[in-house]
Amino acid sequence: MIEGIGIEHFLVVSTLMFFTGICGFIIRRNLITMLMSIELILNSVNINFLVFNRYLYPDQMQGHFFSLFIVGIAAAEASVAIALIINIYRSLQNIDVENVNEMKY
Amino acid sequence: MDLGQFILMRQELLLTFAALVVLVAEVFTGEKNKSRIINLTLCLFALVTIIGFIPGETGNLFGGSYQSSQLTVFMKNTLNLAVLIVFLQAESWLRKPENADKISEYFILTLSTLIGMNFMISAGDFLMFYIGLETATIPIAGLAAFDKIKSKSAEAGIKLILSSALSSGILLFGLSMLYGATGTIYFADMTGLVTKDPMILLGFIFFVSGMGFKISLVPFHFWTADVYEGAPINVTSYLSVVSKGAAAFIFSIVLFTVFKNIVELWKPMIYTLAIFTMTLGNLFAIRQDNIKRFLAFSSIAQAGFILLGILGAGELGMTAIVYFVLVYVFTNLGAFGVVAAIHNASGVENISGYNGLYQTNPKLGLLMTISLFSLAGIPPIAGFFGKFFLFTAAAGSGYYILVLIAVLNATISLYYYLLVIKAIFIEKNEQPIPTFRSSNAMRIALVMCITGVFVIGFASGIFEYIRSISKLFLN
Repeated sequence: MIEGIGIEHFLVVSTLMFFTGICGFIIRRNLITMLMSIELILNSVNINFLVFNRYLYPDQMQGHFFSLFIVGIAAAEASVAIALIINIYRSLQNIDVENVNEMKY
Repeated sequence: MDLGQFILMRQELLLTFAALVVLVAEVFTGEKNKSRIINLTLCLFALVTIIGFIPGETGNLFGGSYQSSQLTVFMKNTLNLAVLIVFLQAESWLRKPENADKISEYFILTLSTLIGMNFMISAGDFLMFYIGLETATIPIAGLAAFDKIKSKSAEAGIKLILSSALSSGILLFGLSMLYGATGTIYFADMTGLVTKDPMILLGFIFFVSGMGFKISLVPFHFWTADVYEGAPINVTSYLSVVSKGAAAFIFSIVLFTVFKNIVELWKPMIYTLAIFTMTLGNLFAIRQDNIKRFLAFSSIAQAGFILLGILGAGELGMTAIVYFVLVYVFTNLGAFGVVAAIHNASGVENISGYNGLYQTNPKLGLLMTISLFSLAGIPPIAGFFGKFFLFTAAAGSGYYILVLIAVLNATISLYYYLLVIKAIFIEKNEQPIPTFRSSNAMRIALVMCITGVFVIGFASGIFEYIRSISKLFLN
């Protein structure tokens, strides 16, 4: 726990990060930036878990472990996503999401 | 801790072992003999499926993180059967020269997603649930992009990984809310602590949206049709049957156990989702010409019917869902099997290409007809009983208007299934698909599907058995 900083400060930051991530995912047109937005979402979740654990249930470890696993899985997800983005780049010569539109409706 | 306890997770261990054997076989086989891996994996997986049916102990592991009961074992056996059929159907496709260097990739990725689904079904806390969910999702994106040279396949892969990553992010945010409000991630402890607290409700809504992506409920369904169309057929069938079935299982388990205290609050939500999913799925299916897209929208509509079972909360709802998924495995894989066989032989993927199929390939035409009738729910085939029990479960909870809407939707769905059947039997075609003979594995798979469709409908013992184990599970 940090002196003078309450739980609500952390939660405001994490909520802002979450919605920035959602916004970025919807607005941005570059596949890598979309992936970065998803990482932002996952990190906001990490903050949430850690802060809840630290401030509300200090005698447990569940939140800490959960966020560790989230970090690991996010890495796996990012690596697969980047591999697929490279695959897209090979066939389209760019990674703009506007061009990934062969199938619609 | 006694190592003997690990026998409780025998299905996961067997699958891990199978995946490792395929990996080792890949390393030690020469370039020329790669196709032997297909036979090896088919035999191995058939063995795994059979061993899974041997009854054994059930219980909890890792302090309740892993729960095994007769119901979860039955669910895993259902998924194993489905994957066995998918593998048999994929055999002739994998033997094609363009896939020669990635045979074992297909098997390893599929097996690892199956392991993830098994852990997800057996989860006793949200951490295990999340790990299982991700293990079940991430490799599928690789599978969807399996045809490296086709840009459609790459597009399917990227659409799947991005939308599933977003959905799991949303789901996780919900889980963090639930953890903050209750202070635990264990299902058993959380059940008693779930109240009408606003934070729990917020977390719950995020959770349902995340799961909605995985089961492809409207309005979270946008990825479904594109991914199904772009991915290779044998991956599409896996996605639409196994992946969706597993997600439906865990969704109903979590709703019936963890959130049973706020059942009155989530019922209206599921009610609305059910109406939208059934109706929109059906309406979009009518205007499709690509058979894979068509089956994608039909599977969205079927997911809407599954929600009816969830509304009939409790033992009957659980039974109806498990039974419906079991029927759905055989029915939908029958339809996908015919589509895959035709695609392998002639490359045709459009419904208009099916014109006059009955003249040249009467058996396949008949099989497709039976599968589609079963999907539409026409008696006396199994699909009718699957839908019947789902409707009974919903009507049992007093949702008569919803059941009426569902019946109307079943009628609409009959219309578009009949469009395909009309193409097969009635439409004339100057150059129908030439007569061909599918491989033996494909024939075995199709015979399994057709037997399943008839046997499950008539053997009432299966329904009674599922009912008894769901009763044990929920009490």
